[in-house]
Amino acid sequence: MSILFKGRKSQADNMSRTPLLAAYFTIMNILRQGVQSLGELWRTPMASLMTIAVLGLSLTLPTTLYVVVKNVQKVSSGFDNAAEISLFLKEDVDEQQAQRVIKRISLYNEVKSVSFINKTQALEEFKLASGFGEALNYLDKNPLPSVVLVTPNAGFSGPQTAQNLLAKLEKEREVDFGKLDIEWLERLNSLLSLLKESVITIGILLLSSVILIIGNTIRLSIMDKKQEIQLMKLVGATNHFIQTPFLWTGIWYGIVGGFIAFLSVLLMIFWLDSAVANVVGVYHASFTLEGLNFSEFLVLLSLAISLGLFGSYLSVKRYIDAIEPNEI
Amino acid sequence: MIKFQQVSKTYTGGHKAIEKVDFHLQAGELAFLTGHSGAGKSTLLKLISLMERPSAGEIFINGVSLNKVTQKQIPFVRRDIGVIFQNHRLLDRYCVFDNVALPLIIAGNHRKDIEKRVSGALDKVGLLNKARCFPETLSGGEQQRVGIARAVVNSPPILLADEPTGNLDPELSVEILKLFEEFNQHGTTVLIATHDLGLIARMKYRSLTLKSGSLIQDPLLNEV
Repeated sequence: MSILFKGRKSQADNMSRTPLLAAYFTIMNILRQGVQSLGELWRTPMASLMTIAVLGLSLTLPTTLYVVVKNVQKVSSGFDNAAEISLFLKEDVDEQQAQRVIKRISLYNEVKSVSFINKTQALEEFKLASGFGEALNYLDKNPLPSVVLVTPNAGFSGPQTAQNLLAKLEKEREVDFGKLDIEWLERLNSLLSLLKESVITIGILLLSSVILIIGNTIRLSIMDKKQEIQLMKLVGATNHFIQTPFLWTGIWYGIVGGFIAFLSVLLMIFWLDSAVANVVGVYHASFTLEGLNFSEFLVLLSLAISLGLFGSYLSVKRYIDAIEPNEI
Repeated sequence: MIKFQQVSKTYTGGHKAIEKVDFHLQAGELAFLTGHSGAGKSTLLKLISLMERPSAGEIFINGVSLNKVTQKQIPFVRRDIGVIFQNHRLLDRYCVFDNVALPLIIAGNHRKDIEKRVSGALDKVGLLNKARCFPETLSGGEQQRVGIARAVVNSPPILLADEPTGNLDPELSVEILKLFEEFNQHGTTVLIATHDLGLIARMKYRSLTLKSGSLIQDPLLNEV
């Protein structure tokens, strides 16, 4: 469309175009500029490499923290419902009384299952686990109490309900005292939420610095191409046309940076996995580190892309409009 | 085609570049714009290509007032005006073909159309065989001709040239001017700013002479 010459059609709209076709051509044009800007990155990789590395590594830290939180959560979720209550019976309770109290407790609505460890069993177990071994044989009598292990029903295994159940069980005549190992779980949970908060805080800080770094890199490349931009404006380029390649550069930074972050996390997990296996092996448990799944990878990638796009948009908006041809 | 009405341009700081300039260039006309350096030739060309806005007065192109052109419309106005620069302003990163294709790419032409038109423009300036060369490998005259090909590749109705023969020897200058004549014969309105008076004398075209910002001699003005 020509403003000065109504009859003169620019060659681009020689064919009569439907809006749909026009939109198609616009999109194709933008994609073409995208490919071109990728080609440019490819030709001058060193200039962009540092920025991309900064983007990638800055994303790696929050991602790693996220993976840590996720794995700790996985571990602790195994304990969530294991609020087992240990009831230590009074010393003078004999086997028969113990069986009676077990029967009584197993009839509770709140109780799922009950198991019993008598004094002798407890001592044997203690010998094995403590490492005192033969030394314990020198004891006059067995100092350990019998223990009734109570597993509450699903509805009563939360911290508060289990606490209530414990109070009820402790009123049984034969029970000396009970113990509910749940405090550490609460501590772990609060630590975990602290960790989550710090992931978010550190994440926000790092991501804003990434935006600034990308913005600065794009600003430099705009300044570098000042002559070219002036000439393009002189031969009739709109600001949009000039902006698009720079925005694409930001997008490519994001894509490559996102992959770098993903690979670093992958590498780190691979590295840590054997160490974790060692630790877990000591505890006779089995646990594998969980990395990022596909949807988390997509989130990471799109986060990286939007950071790249936003950073370059800030520069482009600020500087390309300002560059005007000033000499003929 | 190009009409100046009492146009003045005062730069910030009070420097008066041109003052109350009046002229009318007819469609299909070829004219020279002369004057010493600092007389306001560049300012006049900048006003036409909307790099500057007049402080007073009005400029019409094809009857449309440039004062009414908004900032957003400027790129589209520039697509109708081919500009040839004294220092060529070719992009070193691109080959000759891509340099010439730039205005068409910006306008969003199709690839086939671009190839056809760029080949045509390069053929006209006699550089078709150098399409894949890079600007730095060309001589000054060749670079200038690439610049001309770029200015005419989308067949604009108006062609502006700022000292197109500034760095060339007389023989090459005549060659370049013949190119302009050729475009003019196809109906393009051409305005050439130059201080090469010998060149102007050899050709029988109207010349607008600027002296410290004012038009001093326009023999055809009274006839229009």
